[in-house]
Amino acid sequence: MNRFLALALALVPLGVACGGSGCQGISCAQPMSRATVFAASSLQAPFDEIAKQLRLSAIDVRFNYAGTQTLTSQLTQGAQADVFASADTTHMTTVVQAGLIDGSPTTFAHNRLEIAVAKGNPKGIHSLADLARNGLVVVLADPSVPAGKYAQQALTNAGVTIRPASLELQVTAVLTKVALGEADAGIVYVSDVKTNSNVDGVTIPDQYNVVADYPIAILKHAQEPAAASAFVRLVLSPGGQSVLTASGFGPA
Amino acid sequence: MIQARIPAPLLALAAAGLLLFLLPLAGLVARAPWNQVGPELLAPETATALGLSIFCSVTATAIALVLGIPLALVLSRTTGTLRAVLRALTTLPMVLPPVVGGVALILAFGRRGLLGAPLYQLFGVQIPFTTSAAVIAETFVAMPFLVIAVEGGLRALDQRYEEAARALGASSWRVFARVTLPLLRPAIFSGAVLCWARALGEFGATITFAGNLPGRTQTVPLAVYVALETKPDGAIVLSLVLLAVALAILIGLRDRWLGEP
Repeated sequence: MNRFLALALALVPLGVACGGSGCQGISCAQPMSRATVFAASSLQAPFDEIAKQLRLSAIDVRFNYAGTQTLTSQLTQGAQADVFASADTTHMTTVVQAGLIDGSPTTFAHNRLEIAVAKGNPKGIHSLADLARNGLVVVLADPSVPAGKYAQQALTNAGVTIRPASLELQVTAVLTKVALGEADAGIVYVSDVKTNSNVDGVTIPDQYNVVADYPIAILKHAQEPAAASAFVRLVLSPGGQSVLTASGFGPA
Repeated sequence: MIQARIPAPLLALAAAGLLLFLLPLAGLVARAPWNQVGPELLAPETATALGLSIFCSVTATAIALVLGIPLALVLSRTTGTLRAVLRALTTLPMVLPPVVGGVALILAFGRRGLLGAPLYQLFGVQIPFTTSAAVIAETFVAMPFLVIAVEGGLRALDQRYEEAARALGASSWRVFARVTLPLLRPAIFSGAVLCWARALGEFGATITFAGNLPGRTQTVPLAVYVALETKPDGAIVLSLVLLAVALAILIGLRDRWLGEP
């Protein structure tokens, strides 16, 4: 009993030391550092995977996934973050011009658009022009969201005018509406379709498609610059790039 | 007027609490682009969003009155476990995150939802992404405010009036229409106003269930959110409008809601 008590007491400081910083299992040697990453919602699947790899080197990553336009206004209004990964260069430029980033951002991935439809494509949608069909519920991202802006460009390229049922505030919401069966189709990223098992993708030909550049940068006021640069390095490394490719992104 | 002596530490805490409410409001007022209030208010997008917001919130309140008063009546006349369960179910939307409410609404009224699927298959009716969806979302979130207020009124009611009417041979419907309803007027009024104000400010359930389309489902709170990214000044002006409306209502209501007899 006494020995048990002694052991328990001995473990208390360990528990305190580890519990707070969130490291699990055996390796509690070094304190865990934690990077806060603001990332476009389309990056959720690959970034979660990359963060999992980073945990092995005692770096914890906390994500704020949202539409790039939301993240941009959060950052310019003074939100604290270490890394910003944007779904377009326009919003990244806004953040750079606000004086929040030293140096220039690095493009780490590319993405393309695809039409998301229900599994098995029951409505027989094969092109952008099909989206203009009567009685079809089509959902896009709002033009203030990068994916919405790109979708608008692709539709213009194809000379197609559609009447969307809704302009969602982030691209993942478009995907959700299609996955839930409320919308017949939506324009999302190739990577979104790849990471969602409830939808199928219809390819948009290169002549109409738009290539989205994804830039990443460490913020000037990063509180965990070491952890932040470890995260960015891993994203740009062959390992990180293969995770992104597996999720449907084009490599940097 | 502060009537009794309050210990200084409590006063200080009360002041801190008040500041928590006041500072954000002060921020809105301080940052407001006053010279643009006129043009922003007259912009067609603003007028569209305001019109839609008023239509949806008034319709939601009307539905809440028709469904909520009977519900409050049932609640006030039941006892024990049944009442506890009914009451928890009715007030659930007040504590549920509105986005969760929106997801639940999709699963009920969506094209693959419990009620939505037969509606869609039999009649081709689709509720999500329509103005009706925005009204349903607002009713879902706001009706509890009306039910709670009316139920409170019913419990405070002197039942002797109803008994007297019944003793004089009035039917139960006549008692309700001629005695109960008139006595409840203050409670119904304050409940309806709070319900309307809550409906007017609804965001989470609406964006999730009804989507976001100007003129159809983009109410003022959604327009504020979209504008925040594209034209922050417009967002602040719209926020001020909502703030002014809410303040006007609450000041107008003060005593009724605070339970002055």
